[in-house]
Amino acid sequence: MSTSAHVLSPAQRARVAYRRRQTVLSVLIAAASTAAVGTLLAVAVTGAPGWERVRQTFLDPQIARDALPRVLTGLWLNVRLLVCCAVAALLLGLLIAVLRTLRGPIFFPIRALATSYTYVFRGLPLIIVLYVLTLGAPGLRLQGMPSVLVLGGAALVLTYSGYLAEVFRAGIESVHPSQLAAARSLGLTYRQTMRHVVLPQAVRRVAPPLLNDIVALQKDVGLVALAGPIDAVRAAQIATAQTFNYTPYIVAGVLFVLLAIPLIAVTDRVTLRAARRQSGG
Amino acid sequence: MDVLRCRGLRKEFGGQAVLDSLDLTVAEHQVVALIGASGSGKSTLLRCVNLLEELHDGTIELDGEEISAPGVDPDKVRRRIGMVFQAYNLFPHLSVLDNVTLAPRRVHRRARVEAEAHARELLDRMGLGAKADAFPDRLSGGQQQRVAIVRALANSPRLLLLDEVTSALDPELVGEVLTMIRDLKADGLTMVLATHEMSFARDVADQVCFLDGGRVLEAGPPQQVLGQPTRPRTQQFLSRIIEAGRL
Ligand SMILES: Nc1ncnc2c1ncn2[C@@H]1O[C@H](COP(=O)(O)OP(=O)(O)O)[C@@H](O)[C@H]1O
Ligand SMILES: [Mg+2]
Repeated sequence: MSTSAHVLSPAQRARVAYRRRQTVLSVLIAAASTAAVGTLLAVAVTGAPGWERVRQTFLDPQIARDALPRVLTGLWLNVRLLVCCAVAALLLGLLIAVLRTLRGPIFFPIRALATSYTYVFRGLPLIIVLYVLTLGAPGLRLQGMPSVLVLGGAALVLTYSGYLAEVFRAGIESVHPSQLAAARSLGLTYRQTMRHVVLPQAVRRVAPPLLNDIVALQKDVGLVALAGPIDAVRAAQIATAQTFNYTPYIVAGVLFVLLAIPLIAVTDRVTLRAARRQSGG
Repeated sequence: MDVLRCRGLRKEFGGQAVLDSLDLTVAEHQVVALIGASGSGKSTLLRCVNLLEELHDGTIELDGEEISAPGVDPDKVRRRIGMVFQAYNLFPHLSVLDNVTLAPRRVHRRARVEAEAHARELLDRMGLGAKADAFPDRLSGGQQQRVAIVRALANSPRLLLLDEVTSALDPELVGEVLTMIRDLKADGLTMVLATHEMSFARDVADQVCFLDGGRVLEAGPPQQVLGQPTRPRTQQFLSRIIEAGRL
């Protein structure tokens, strides 16, 4: 560890200088090519014969400004629904995955139920679950039937927990049996082994695909609008119908991407870190 | 006094008997070395003693209490028996300190401060004090295996089972682990170890057991079993070991 005192040899100095020149060069090339492609695209699009029409119907600044508050109100619903559904679906998915791993004949019914759950809700299209719960269930006219919004959220949770359970299960099964043997040999019970040894490793390993499913959920959350509640896309649709202009959709689209960026960035970071750990770095 | 007494142990895998009427007795403060060809059932025997495998026949007694009896809680038994594996099996998501304190805290319900103080003391004594906050993947194989031994010791076991604990190590790292086991013997810990290190077995074991055909074919002091084996199978096994340059 005496790097500070080390004097670089001429050969190493030459290598360092060469590498630096190469870096500068490649940054310049990247910048130039990006500018060239961007200019070409802009010229092609704005030079197209229908550009004026498209600009007016999709990119009208005044209409965008007018629609923004309503779209934002709708987006707030998406955000709340996303947070609640993501938390609930993750917890339910984890529970079902753990139930599926229980061994022994006593647990057969529980295991069978958990397994059927993942089969049914991964097989059923979300739209159908949504319609059955939001349109069918209120028809029962039971006392204390929750609001359509809650029912819609429940449909999302049911469907997504089916997927998430399978992701969790893959993680649980990826933990080597020798880890279980080590934990049990220390006197930990099955539950303690799950809680302190298996699940922490499993969740870490499947964090990237879990987050990916949450990104997908973020887009599907808006489907509750089919049952009445007004989300961002539905708000944009209403605004579009009033103005005969598609700009509100673009507003909603931009907002969705802005909302997704932090989540996707976190997913990428986690994926990268997982990949690095895998390669033993 | 006998710490471990196995009588007529039988264990099958897919109808094939791996252990067959096996008897083994280990007195307090004794170190017993299990030797035998690969596949002779050394690991299976150790796993059976730790109740990680279900028996097909026979009884196991720990300190005179039958632990193979129906109704005995295996989790409670395993707290009194430590086990160390060939591949270390440290928990990769926990620091060295957390690996060592997991069982004391969760199984013995010790307070965190108390468990950590005890763990640090043990790690210090084994020359691993500087590694307490490191994660297992930052340690050499020898260090990992020593941590695994400390982790087993943190439960203050009556009996320590060691399954070829040096087989996965680079040759230059074997010594530090063997030294540690020698120290444990000096402390009076009762141990059963499966090993391919014949010179170590000769050096540290009070008794050597040669496993063959699912039973202990020959047992006795190391000089006798390793020096003047009486059974042809033992002689064969040892001459193969000598050919491989390991005795
Ligand atoms: N879980 C298992 N399932 C099936 N066969 C096994 C299992 N564990 C061990 N065996 C078999 O039992 C025999 C003894 O294995 P083992 O106890 O690992 O031997 P050793 O440790 O002496 O090399 C081997 O033939 C092995 O294939
Ligand atoms: Mg073995």
